[in-house]
Amino acid sequence: MKRLLSKGYLLLLLVMLYAPIIIIAIFSFTESRVLGNWTGFSTELYTSLFSGGVSDRLIDAIQNTFLIALTAATVSTILGTIAAIGINDLRYRKRRAINFVNNIPILNPDIITGISLFLLFVSMGISQGYITVILAHIAFCTPYVVLSIMPRLVQMNPNIYEAALDLGATPMQAMRRVIIPEIRPGMISGFILAFTLSIDDFAVTIFTNGTDGLETLSTFIYADARKGGLTPELRALSTIILVVVLILLVVVNYRSHRQAKRAEEQAKQIKNYSRR
Amino acid sequence: MGKLVKFFSRRRTWSLPYVLFLAVFVVAPLLLIMVYAFQAEDGGFSLENFEKFIHQREAMNTFIYSIGIALITTLICILLGYPAAYILSKMRTSTARVVVMLFILPMWINVLVRTLATVALFDFLTLPLGEGALIFGMVYNFLPFMIYPIYNVLQKMDHSLIEAAEDLGATPRQVFTKVVFPLSMPGIVSGIMMVFMPTISTFAIAELLTMNNIKLFGTTIQENINNGMWHYGAALSFIMLVIIGLTTLFTGSDDENSANDGGLL
Repeated sequence: MKRLLSKGYLLLLLVMLYAPIIIIAIFSFTESRVLGNWTGFSTELYTSLFSGGVSDRLIDAIQNTFLIALTAATVSTILGTIAAIGINDLRYRKRRAINFVNNIPILNPDIITGISLFLLFVSMGISQGYITVILAHIAFCTPYVVLSIMPRLVQMNPNIYEAALDLGATPMQAMRRVIIPEIRPGMISGFILAFTLSIDDFAVTIFTNGTDGLETLSTFIYADARKGGLTPELRALSTIILVVVLILLVVVNYRSHRQAKRAEEQAKQIKNYSRR
Repeated sequence: MGKLVKFFSRRRTWSLPYVLFLAVFVVAPLLLIMVYAFQAEDGGFSLENFEKFIHQREAMNTFIYSIGIALITTLICILLGYPAAYILSKMRTSTARVVVMLFILPMWINVLVRTLATVALFDFLTLPLGEGALIFGMVYNFLPFMIYPIYNVLQKMDHSLIEAAEDLGATPRQVFTKVVFPLSMPGIVSGIMMVFMPTISTFAIAELLTMNNIKLFGTTIQENINNGMWHYGAALSFIMLVIIGLTTLFTGSDDENSANDGGLL
């Protein structure tokens, strides 16, 4: 009874969280301009999304979003990896100080980050556009990359690196052969996190995209919503994104589940072997 | 030359680019907010922006109202999120991971699309848009940020402490109030940090959920910056910064701890 109740509670919360999304998904299969108005089943929104039935402005916004996210996530991952390796080698005090500053963009609401970067670009006289948006995204994504790599470095046995050096590896070789493989999972999750943060960002983008009409999906939707509604094709796009992410997560989860199982079995075998 | 190579191959040298980066893109911009906040339009030092905030009732009222909404949102998030995190922590780890994933999944949909969908949901159920919709929307947006850190803390909790309490004769209720709940405080604190401030400062979401009837503080700041009132906007941002600083100090959320609880992946 108690278990049923607690399962029911979680289910209820999930239904509440998913209700709006399910509505989007359902209404992506009808043509009506207004969300919530069912005018019969049709896949028109999906065909129109892929066959150029949407405005060039929206296509540009989608392209910009992915271009910016890809650039920002790549640069953040590289910068964050180098930074994390360096920070981990610092003395306690310095490491603490840098970690403190690193946490500021994470704790700050994004509107503050957006305004502070806006003031930076304005007072330096940099005209705002692509470059400033990408720089801003790198600025708020990199701390997350550093955070996702750091635990891996801390857990790593420092002697392995020293051993590689003692065995004649150059520092660069030791880096490539010892440290990077060890922190790769952190780098990957850092990249994914940076990518999704960048795609989803609205507040920082709107303060740094300037007045030349550079739009991302978020600012496009915002402008759209203020005019009174969501471009219907965006319902189809959101549904696609949701399904892709769902599949990705299931695959990643399944793989890590299998890896964990395999590691468990290996450990068992080693145990049995050593007992003999 | 050899010295230079040695300098660059030392790992701690590698932190330098990032230190420079943080100085330019994190520290300098925040200092600029301060500079702009304490400057009059003509460039001299002045407190007129803050005087304006105090005397002009509108921004002040929005500010107080936003704090109220944020408090209610945070409270509802704790009340809804804590039991969920508790139930999750009791589940088998592999099952719990899937459910936690399900809670986080909606975050991948653009926040504005989700908000518009909430508006559609309210239309669909013929509920009025307004304060109720605003709070529902905020809870809907921020609940996962409350569940995740609490779940994290509960899951890592040392179970021998609970067993010890049981062995010493504590009732299940006492075990919860005297052991589990106090030990999960750090999770609640980081949950509060992740819900309270973002709620005060959101803009766009509030406008969409209330048909432009209700403004939160974030919107006020954004409007001022957009209308070219950079100094006043900076002053309002500065006030928010001070509150963030105070809550961080007050809750004693230490970097290393909150750092580990923050990641959503």
